[in-house]
Amino acid sequence: MVAAPLGELPALPLHEAGKYVAAAYIVLFALVLVYVAIMAIRSRRLERDLGELLAHEQATASQESGESQQRESTLV
Amino acid sequence: MYGKGLRALSISTVAVMALALALVFFYAPLEAEQGFLQKIFYVHVPLAIVALCGFVAGGLFAIQHLRTRDPRWDMRSYVAIHMSLIFGVATLITGSIWAKGSWGHWWVWDEPTLVSFLIVFLLYATYQPLRFAIEDPERQARYASVFAVTAGAFVPLNFIAVRASTAYVHPRVLGATSNLPSQMALTFLVSLLGIALLFTTLCKYELTAKHTRAQLRALRRLADRRAGTAVAVAPARARSAAPSVHATAMTAHTPERPGI
Repeated sequence: MVAAPLGELPALPLHEAGKYVAAAYIVLFALVLVYVAIMAIRSRRLERDLGELLAHEQATASQESGESQQRESTLV
Repeated sequence: MYGKGLRALSISTVAVMALALALVFFYAPLEAEQGFLQKIFYVHVPLAIVALCGFVAGGLFAIQHLRTRDPRWDMRSYVAIHMSLIFGVATLITGSIWAKGSWGHWWVWDEPTLVSFLIVFLLYATYQPLRFAIEDPERQARYASVFAVTAGAFVPLNFIAVRASTAYVHPRVLGATSNLPSQMALTFLVSLLGIALLFTTLCKYELTAKHTRAQLRALRRLADRRAGTAVAVAPARARSAAPSVHATAMTAHTPERPGI
């Protein structure tokens, strides 16, 4: 279904100049790809930091609740 | 804050870029002199235009920063210049490839357009080292803004000077002398729109990432302050060329929680 209209498209005149044109477009897409990869690394680092912060907060909260329970039991 | 509308912007960027590629390879006619090689024009020229406009935008944001002292403008200026530098690299590489295919040389030193773009690029290449050299964030932002305004004013002046020069070897695209056929002009405009959208989207991504990082840093500081381990857990921010504006602004405006 998709192949039929694609087959009707005119063939690209990829002679001597083809390699230069391909190189120019590949450069652009490679740069964008590198940038996206860097962003992915950054977002993974953010996710890791958020996880650490959450774990830290949960540990603090459980510690606080444990301390208050202990205080209540000694009062009773 | 910065992430608003990012999805729609990303989708429209991909759609316009795909349309531009389809127009370049299947709609725009072959140029009589250069033939297929001229297809580089649809990526090289928009990249150069967007990069130069990004430098100017960086200067305009810097003016806003100097006027208002709002660190968000410094962040915008930094991101615009940072992204323009990346687009500048792409412009220089695609231009060199085109020069090799067309003139048989990777670089021609007596061509004013090429050399002037290289000068602008090298000028802005000193922006990040300048920022990195100054430790105090406020002074760093102020000096960087002054640099961005001065260099931003240099970009159009440089452009006019090159246009006024006599040695015309480089093809002219925009202006009164433009004689692009309508099919080529349409393809060029769609490509320009695609590259401009790509620039905007990447800038927005960068701003969102920096803002989120700053928010996380501020959150961590709050948590550490509450736990009373500020020094042990939260390391001091490493020296950086990137603005630290939002983290500072956020902690300055974040109300203290009662009982902390």
